[in-house]
Amino acid sequence: MSRPRLAVVKFASCDGCQLSLLDCEDELIAVAGAVEIANFPEASRAVQPGPYDVTLVEGSITTPHDVARIREIRADSGLLVAIGACATAGGIQALRNFADAGEYVSAVYAHPEYIRTLATSTPISDHVKVDYELRGCPVSKRQLLELVSALLAERRPELPVHSVCVECKLAGKVCVMVAHGTPCLGPVTQCGCAALCPGFARGCYGCFGPAETTNTTALAARWQALGTTPRDVQRAFRTFNAGAEPFRRESESHG
Amino acid sequence: MTTIRALPPGSAVLRLDGLQQLIAALAVRGYEIVGPVERDGAILYDRIASTADLPAGRTDRQEPGSYRLEPRADGALFAYAVGPHSWKRYLHRPNETLFKSRRVGEELVFDPPAGPPPRTAFLGVRPCELVAIFVQDRVLMEGHYVNTGYKARREATFLVVVNCGSPAATCFCTSMHTGPRATGGFDIALTELLADGRQEFLAEPGTDGGAALLAYLPTRPATEADWQAALAVTAQAVASIGRRMPPGNEIKAALQSNPEHARWDDVARRCLACANCTLVCPTCFCTTVEDRSDLDGQGAARVRRWDSCFTRDFSYVHGGAVRTQTRSRFRQWMTHKLAHWWDQFGTSGCVGCGRCIAWCPAGIDITVEAAAFTEGQNHGIT
Ligand code: SF4
Ligand code: SF4
Ligand code: SF4
Ligand code: SF4
Repeated sequence: MSRPRLAVVKFASCDGCQLSLLDCEDELIAVAGAVEIANFPEASRAVQPGPYDVTLVEGSITTPHDVARIREIRADSGLLVAIGACATAGGIQALRNFADAGEYVSAVYAHPEYIRTLATSTPISDHVKVDYELRGCPVSKRQLLELVSALLAERRPELPVHSVCVECKLAGKVCVMVAHGTPCLGPVTQCGCAALCPGFARGCYGCFGPAETTNTTALAARWQALGTTPRDVQRAFRTFNAGAEPFRRESESHG
Repeated sequence: MTTIRALPPGSAVLRLDGLQQLIAALAVRGYEIVGPVERDGAILYDRIASTADLPAGRTDRQEPGSYRLEPRADGALFAYAVGPHSWKRYLHRPNETLFKSRRVGEELVFDPPAGPPPRTAFLGVRPCELVAIFVQDRVLMEGHYVNTGYKARREATFLVVVNCGSPAATCFCTSMHTGPRATGGFDIALTELLADGRQEFLAEPGTDGGAALLAYLPTRPATEADWQAALAVTAQAVASIGRRMPPGNEIKAALQSNPEHARWDDVARRCLACANCTLVCPTCFCTTVEDRSDLDGQGAARVRRWDSCFTRDFSYVHGGAVRTQTRSRFRQWMTHKLAHWWDQFGTSGCVGCGRCIAWCPAGIDITVEAAAFTEGQNHGIT
């Protein structure tokens, strides 16, 4: 791909994933040299109209307006890449899927009548075709650069979908669940973070969402054997990827 | 492995200072020394500089899915079994760059291959691990296709075995005939002698290099009493091993004739498909290959990294993965290890180290799973 035109757009999100892109400091010059950053409001006010070769989409779909806008963006994009837990699973705001969003609106806003929102927060792939997904809350800088490098070289990006445990063992870390009795979501979570938390004696929080194969039921049973209450099992599965199907399902059988 | 033999010729007894001098002498001979160290609640293998780096007065308590370190009053240096690392981390590395290339004008230039690997001494190789190294030798450098990186590192390795005095509850080397005492293939084998308040090491040379090194150290010749003390350590270790694997031919037949056994469904309900078992296993050797390229399109690299039959993409072929379910992945792992490995390499793929039992977050025990098949056979259950 010769100097593709790139757009970075956002929906309901915290901007953290876009910041990960800006955080590529050392590599940012090379990225800017290799792609034409045509639309990235977080980085530059100079917004050029589409179509774009590659569009990175941050955030989840939470309003009727979002639903219409993501379709336009899809039509305007060659490749569409959903980045982060919001765009790939609905994000933390998908907690509304378990509650009455209307009630939240009346509780939070002085004038709820101005708010037009959907009952659910959903990932981009629920609405349009997505070519690649980068998981994580936020995405990994390494994976972001890998995706861009791969697209430029017209090769398949190396974005493995196996468990965090594989990365944990490759890095030679000590398993916190086995050696400390600390509950860890690593066995059901997709890799990408290089097993960040286990390296700091913490269990995995599941930022990268469900791995390709998940036995959440067996893991939840193990957590309970380690002393985790059903309520805390539910909470663990209801964070940034609460809306991802295997986590949603598991969370609903505890509490 | 526990056949009583006569005192091996050239055996000597070292005290703690002698062990320190062994480390120093290896360093002087240009070896990087890797041995057991305590870190993050486990005993791992890492660079060591002296006996002070060794986990003194520590032992491990291991059960399916659980590993804990505990103190010991006697200051023993090797009173534990194996931890989450194995020597394959150093020989069959988790990531290995196969080549790097750069675009120079219109040319593609390949970086020259890395020079010879550093000479490395492994201190504290357990008998089961020694056999695991031989198993990987067979697979990675003695067959038709040679893994040149592995071979270079392996040939630059000096092996100091430590025979086991404190097996863990997860160990089952006795049924795999791999321990708890090594019978050969090492450069030097040590047995830590702790009875009656002593702390000495009986050292047996296994190679000329090992003998030459021992001759250089402050030692005294081993006596028959020292040898008997070393054998007593082994006898006690053997007696303390409680786990058992069914005999190789029985388990091989049982697994190869039961691809649809109900136990596969049962274990798949418990297995997380997380791949920990294969990554801690000292014999598992599977890898994948990843291509990398720079943003500016000038540089590229090909890297080989550990993979596992528990991942979906491991069995990916055109159109999709062959083993989409945990059931078939677990079956692949256990059947390859305990059965097909015999057909392929003439040995078992399991040396009985127990790592896959302790480091399985779900506490799945390969000896229990295997017994479910052989017992099923005996009782006519399929
Ligand atoms: S610490 Fe967590 S991610 Fe690492 S191996 Fe253990 S369960 Fe897996
Ligand atoms: S299968 Fe398990 S017990 Fe056997 S060698 Fe591998 S890790 Fe050790
Ligand atoms: S399996 Fe045997 S040789 Fe291996 S660590 Fe345990 S006791 Fe030692
Ligand atoms: S047997 Fe245990 S360690 Fe292996 S994949 Fe299953 S849960 Fe993970």
